[in-house]
Amino acid sequence: MSQLALVIDLNVCVGCHACVTSCKEWNTSGTAGYMADMNPFSKDPTGTFFNRVQTFEVGDFPNTETVHFPKSCLHCEDPPCVPVCPTGASYKRDQDGIVLVDYDKCIGCKYCSWACPYGVRELDEHQKVMKKCTLCVDRIYDESLPENERKPACVMACPTNARLFGDVNDPDSEAAQAIRERGGYQLMPEWGTRPANHYLPRRKTSITIHDDELIRADNPLNKERQLPMPDADDPTLDETTSW
Amino acid sequence: MHPAFSVIFLTTLIGAGQGLFLALYTGQLYSVFKVLPVQDSAQFHAIGSLMAIALLVAGLFSSFFHLGHPERAWRSAACWRTSWLSREVIVLPTFTGAVAVWGLVHYLGWNPVLFSFRGTFDIDLSLVIGAAASLLGFTLFLCTGMIYACIKQLQEWATPLTVVNYTLLGSASGFMLATAFAAWRESGLTEFFGGWAILMTVVAFITRSASLLRNARIKHKSTLETAIGIRHARIQQKSMGFMAGSFNTREYFHGAPAHIFRMIKWVFLVLVFPVPLLLVSIGLGTQTVGLLLAAFLVQYLGLLAERWFFFAQANHPQNLYYQTVG
Repeated sequence: MSQLALVIDLNVCVGCHACVTSCKEWNTSGTAGYMADMNPFSKDPTGTFFNRVQTFEVGDFPNTETVHFPKSCLHCEDPPCVPVCPTGASYKRDQDGIVLVDYDKCIGCKYCSWACPYGVRELDEHQKVMKKCTLCVDRIYDESLPENERKPACVMACPTNARLFGDVNDPDSEAAQAIRERGGYQLMPEWGTRPANHYLPRRKTSITIHDDELIRADNPLNKERQLPMPDADDPTLDETTSW
Repeated sequence: MHPAFSVIFLTTLIGAGQGLFLALYTGQLYSVFKVLPVQDSAQFHAIGSLMAIALLVAGLFSSFFHLGHPERAWRSAACWRTSWLSREVIVLPTFTGAVAVWGLVHYLGWNPVLFSFRGTFDIDLSLVIGAAASLLGFTLFLCTGMIYACIKQLQEWATPLTVVNYTLLGSASGFMLATAFAAWRESGLTEFFGGWAILMTVVAFITRSASLLRNARIKHKSTLETAIGIRHARIQQKSMGFMAGSFNTREYFHGAPAHIFRMIKWVFLVLVFPVPLLLVSIGLGTQTVGLLLAAFLVQYLGLLAERWFFFAQANHPQNLYYQTVG
């Protein structure tokens, strides 16, 4: 069974928020209605977003590392938000594993947002229904788009290619390979939600150099410096070349 | 979590309504076995059930303010196989209906004896309807409690104590009201209801304290390490990704200052348990309707604070992602 998902590479995410704005732009223009922004130009603005990029600092100064962390619906394989929905508005598609909300059935009781440990569902202040990432379901199957553009808007926007999109259950997909070969992991595994979205860890490229690799124990070709002329009868490793 | 007043009123009002009906039915059951005096159907049971229905309907009415689309509320009966919220949505009106039928049977006197138990105890129609309604009443407590107890990452709620507390606090509140009602109708059941009200309040104090102690030493399973998946003892959020508010910063934080939060715990501990116990004890001694009613009202006020604290105390793991505006 296929399970579409995003694989997010924390090693290359630079925290530019292009995925955030691209997501909002695409999804606010869709047929499902806009993502409301309340008081956009006055005090206490607030709005609906499917995707956010957050920033964390790991370690103590001066040994710190800045981690930019994009967060959207993880399309869990065992989504806790689905069974709690009283109306059946929150559902997981059989064909591709995308978790969606039927905006015409949602009563806006917010119970699904309580059941989600990740806080990726937001009640739209204007439409008064629960909204969340759709993996751009209106885009990835759109045959009027060129085939290489049938990807979520956030993936299209990412300048560093930190977001991979694909079927994580297909072992040959780019996403599944990345998870398998580059240590892809899931968020908050303690709740048994089995998120389909995976994250690729930060990696440091390093080699190990031992001291004897920096200081020469020997100098067989006598390249770097002029050695004092040894006594003629001194034993030396170089004796075969010094006569 | 952010305490919503619609849900605070819903749970406290229906709790009192359920408790009041359970009290009335217990009284009727005891009178069949000739332990308590038989009450006048129209004057006592019908008026009592009307009060219970008023509380249940008020609770139901209040719950609509929690919904973004109240006009679609009927849809919420669909997923009773998986959702405790859906189950509550079905059981609440069914229970209210059963209480209404029970009250109507009493009021109209359509109460034929169905069969006689050992020839001495007459089992009439209202007794059978009342048994079904009692079962629904307990099911409603279970549903209401499980709505909160079934969300495992809200660890403060995910305990059987949640269901126990909803049941006992609702019952105590209902029996407290029944005591005042019985004293007002001069029914002779005042001591019976009052005794139960005292007992339930004392037991509820023990179980609610148990949940407070449990939650005081709770160890949260989710940390920043599991939230972003980086194994390091020192991780700090520098930015949540936006500067204005969002649903995430409103729905999951109670927003009250720490001293108010702590104060409300003591407010409810005083108003729900010792004060009503004192009032109901004096009221039973002096047979003062006013004092017994005051005991119920004070306890109800305390339960509003208790429910506020119940919601505010629950710490959602998503809050780990929303620590710093940056």
